[in-house]
Amino acid sequence: MNETVIDALTAVFLIGGALMSVAAGVGLLRFPDLLTRMHAATKPQVLGLLLFLLAMALQLRSWVLLPVLLVCWIFMLLTVPVSAHMVGRAGYRTKHMRRDLLSMDELDEIVEKAASKRAPGRNPTERPDET
Amino acid sequence: MMVVAIVIAAGLLILAALCALYRIARGPSILDRVLAIDVLLATIGGALAMDMAVNRHLDNVVLLVAISVIGFIGSVTVARFVTDRK
Repeated sequence: MNETVIDALTAVFLIGGALMSVAAGVGLLRFPDLLTRMHAATKPQVLGLLLFLLAMALQLRSWVLLPVLLVCWIFMLLTVPVSAHMVGRAGYRTKHMRRDLLSMDELDEIVEKAASKRAPGRNPTERPDET
Repeated sequence: MMVVAIVIAAGLLILAALCALYRIARGPSILDRVLAIDVLLATIGGALAMDMAVNRHLDNVVLLVAISVIGFIGSVTVARFVTDRK
């Protein structure tokens, strides 16, 4: 009885994690530009991995394993936002996105204000390209 | 019941990997490709974790961490050196 419940939960977690991956794949195929694809792509990296690791923990059932899985997940949780930030930033700077799909661009005002403050005589659309 | 769930999950993972591969091959810009590579690595990591859960061993934990490191370093490096489109 107990074993059956655990197996059923494991099955649910495995299929849920796989569905997250499929959602990311379909999002990559269907969405029109970089920023919308980034929105879809982060699903399996955090929630999908969490579901798979929970399935692992349920099947292996040892307390020693739990910190290892937690470290594995927290590491992913720390690195995914950094890489997403870098990719989104590079995409914004190098114009790898479709502006006509944006309903609002709050960063644009800030960038222009900063550019005009730093060099009043310069063209405000020209952005400094240091990191 | 477990076998059916495993087959379904594996099929879904294969579908996701194929979608990511299509975007890697087709992707209009290098950032799209990097993003798709991240999704492919996450899918591979999910498959490794599923293998560990189903067969009840721990051989792939290090590989799982290594895959996330590779995805992180790869996407940060490419994002750093990407050039202007226009």
